[in-house]
Amino acid sequence: MTTHLPIDRMIDVDRGQISREIFVSPDYHREELEKLFTRAWLFVGHVSQIPNPGDFFVSRMGDGSVILARDTQGTPHVFLNSCRHRGMKVCRYEQGNTSLFVCPYHSWSYTTDGRLQGVPLYRTLYDGQLDRADWSLVETPKIHEYKGTIWASWDPQAPDFMTYLGDAVDHLDQVLDCRDGRPGGSEVIGIHKWILPANWKFAAENFLGDTYHNPSHRSVDMIGIGPSAQRGQGGRRDNEYNNGQHVWVSFPQGHGVHSVLMPEQFDYQPSYMQYPIVEEYFRHCFHERQRRLKDKARIMPFTGNLFPNTSYHGRQPRGLCVWHPHSPTETEAWRFFLVDADAPAEVKDVLRRFYMRYSGPAGMTEQDDMENWLYATASSTGTIARRYPFNYQQSIGAYKTGSPLPGDVSVQITEQNARNYYQVYARYLKGDDWDSLLGRSTHPAQQAAE
Amino acid sequence: MSATLDRHGLAWFQLKQDVEDFLYAEADLLDQRRFRDWLDLLADDLVYFMPIRRNVKFGQHDEKENTRQGEGISWFDEDKWTLAKRVDQILTGVHYAEEPLSRVTHMVSNIRLLDASPSAEDAREVTVGSRFLVHQNRVEYETYTFIGRRTDLLRRAGASWQIARREMILDQNVLLAKNLSIFF
Repeated sequence: MTTHLPIDRMIDVDRGQISREIFVSPDYHREELEKLFTRAWLFVGHVSQIPNPGDFFVSRMGDGSVILARDTQGTPHVFLNSCRHRGMKVCRYEQGNTSLFVCPYHSWSYTTDGRLQGVPLYRTLYDGQLDRADWSLVETPKIHEYKGTIWASWDPQAPDFMTYLGDAVDHLDQVLDCRDGRPGGSEVIGIHKWILPANWKFAAENFLGDTYHNPSHRSVDMIGIGPSAQRGQGGRRDNEYNNGQHVWVSFPQGHGVHSVLMPEQFDYQPSYMQYPIVEEYFRHCFHERQRRLKDKARIMPFTGNLFPNTSYHGRQPRGLCVWHPHSPTETEAWRFFLVDADAPAEVKDVLRRFYMRYSGPAGMTEQDDMENWLYATASSTGTIARRYPFNYQQSIGAYKTGSPLPGDVSVQITEQNARNYYQVYARYLKGDDWDSLLGRSTHPAQQAAE
Repeated sequence: MSATLDRHGLAWFQLKQDVEDFLYAEADLLDQRRFRDWLDLLADDLVYFMPIRRNVKFGQHDEKENTRQGEGISWFDEDKWTLAKRVDQILTGVHYAEEPLSRVTHMVSNIRLLDASPSAEDAREVTVGSRFLVHQNRVEYETYTFIGRRTDLLRRAGASWQIARREMILDQNVLLAKNLSIFF
């Protein structure tokens, strides 16, 4: 599992320098697919997409198509979407309900729990040779549902998902929980899928805590597109976090978040002001959330990235993105938009409209991100360009471990989350064991605690 | 579609000619980057809708292929206010996805009048079908081709028309472009 690539020379987080090679080289892309995407826990879908037995949703893990299917007994599975006979995709519909996945090529068919059932002319051609039990669809050894989200890993040795998530859970919860603080309860109201001619890590890093890129969104902040824009509120969203302490937190497993820690006492700040029903709803949710969560309600989410390639927006907008690598310089981006399943119709309508004008390839905010990621990738592919590393020295050393929240916490804009992310990334590429990948053997704070 | 319309009379052909001219002139405004003038062609109650198209089983196309206007997430499901914001953004000069501006050509073809009300002679609203081929080239090497169907509801506004509803059916599932920073 070791590597021939000079990882430590390429990724020097102590000096804050990372080679452009990891963003543009086919060797690193190959190594990521072999050693990272085959081991890490990856987001594959949401229970609201497969509520009933027989429901399926075709997703992706790394460079492979997978099927998230709920079997007839109600258990979810994740299968490689490829027939065991000649590899044809057994499902080319994006979503639906079925009792069998039938391969179009030679008509092998599989049940919703992945077992090979139908083999045409079995008695004549295969009897005594082919044991169907050995030729099920390839299934991920690990799957976990957390508050409606479904995650999977190809590594049978992978730790359980909650260990992998670690203390980042307190931030992810603010995305997945109902706005009034009840646990879970979200639903997916739509998905964007698009092709991005950029390395996938630019997108992950953007959400991981790169608040420094805010000036690239100047145009949208100038015009104002938030849910109170027609009441004179500038910028791209409501100011829900006045008086809060912005925090950038990185975790030993490689996750990074940008959240806000509100003061011990904080009041509702009017939002969605151009929609009275929606404003009333969020006002109600705010007070309910404080009542339910108490001190935890002080954590308000902006963005985050769960290692390696699942990013989130916490409130305005709200959803999960997955950055699927196609090549070093091309990414397939998927965005899952979330609302509370039991929110009133007026609320869902205002949210979906805001999401569409903010997010994705048609979103007025994120179009500028895509432009940056494309040209940052393209202009790093040159022979001379590749000799010069990227600078990651921002706020180096400026963090405290475990204060005021678990994790390495910075209270100023920082690239610490990125430095930590690439340190963990390097461990995967070097083929480290799970103790190392979880930061257990190298993280000083963790060692001290133990 | 009104069964009583005379689709062979002179009024029908004159109306079709008029509508074609309007759509070509509209394309010119966009391609000449006269975005504010283009906004003037949009009715205040405009619906601008581009669904996301999904891969569905035979027989489910009517029901499930396209996302629906008014529900969930589409590429565009918006009003004139939002389109005006998009224009404002481009005109800031710092909307980097369109700075420098893309070179865009709108080809509009297969124009058919589908309906006119109350009559071809006195048409106050017309429904018109067309195909679009939009070619976008930006900076040095980026080129995108968007092909699909449009259905427009045009409303008489003095001597010209306003667009009251535009539905754009793009022939793509995974969007093969990094952005939809142009108008259709």
